[in-house]
Amino acid sequence: MNGDDGVPRNGRFGDDEPLGRDGAFDDFDADADDDAEGELAATFRPIPGGAACYFAPAQAGVIRSLVGQVAELIGSQMGDPPDELGSTAPDRLETGAPDELEKMLGLSGNAELPEDPVLARLLPDAYSEDPQASAEFRRYTEESLRAGKINSAQAVLASLPAGGGDVVLSEPECQQWLKALNDVRLALGVRLGITDEEQDLAESLPPSDPRSAYIWVYQWLAYLQDSLIESLG
Amino acid sequence: MSYVTYVFQRVFGYPKAKAQKLMLDVHHKGKAVVSSGAREAMERDAQALHGYGLWATVSHDS
Repeated sequence: MNGDDGVPRNGRFGDDEPLGRDGAFDDFDADADDDAEGELAATFRPIPGGAACYFAPAQAGVIRSLVGQVAELIGSQMGDPPDELGSTAPDRLETGAPDELEKMLGLSGNAELPEDPVLARLLPDAYSEDPQASAEFRRYTEESLRAGKINSAQAVLASLPAGGGDVVLSEPECQQWLKALNDVRLALGVRLGITDEEQDLAESLPPSDPRSAYIWVYQWLAYLQDSLIESLG
Repeated sequence: MSYVTYVFQRVFGYPKAKAQKLMLDVHHKGKAVVSSGAREAMERDAQALHGYGLWATVSHDS
């Protein structure tokens, strides 16, 4: 199913945003090492206490866009924030449903696997054969898992300028980037219907297939992630 | 796949060889038992792995 601009609508993370919004893919070039003045662009290198990487502007744009979209998706359908005490609090506390208390304690109202397949992969069931145990586990842990992923995404957005440049990361920031990049790869993999095992199949897509542009991004992110792991090792 | 190996080292403190073997088991057999113990501890492990994007499940031993 394709949109008018050729962007596959099954490539969206959120409801309205296609992959590569704001033309982030227009100038994308995975081999853009010309800008880096002798350094290989978009390859992490180890530095004392962390890692560093030069990003061309288009590369930074792609990462920021994808990381932002995944964060938006994860943040949607989160439990409502706790009710503010002090409005009509006493009455509401006494007569409120148990859900009010749960929200204040950070327990999720979500007990079921999300319908969106990307969310389902990012927030998976913990018991494959015990729906009740899965639901219980989800109620107690999903909010925290979502918050952690949003945190990682925010760390990337905070450390990667829109115009790119040489990004220097501390070790904790490297951990955040690893997780955030992996979340993006998982999301892309679900949307594109590819897994690592199917890489070769994916590479055989004709260039006219709208998914083929995103597969290069998927592979580029794998390469980037590997270079970060190498730098940390 | 090096990511999976890295996560096993990071979450469980396994030496690289063990982490790599588990990663290969997941790759070739579809899954691997990476940890065992009391239920609460396994749920904590699952949580930690989910945080890294690995799809871990908890199951009974017998």
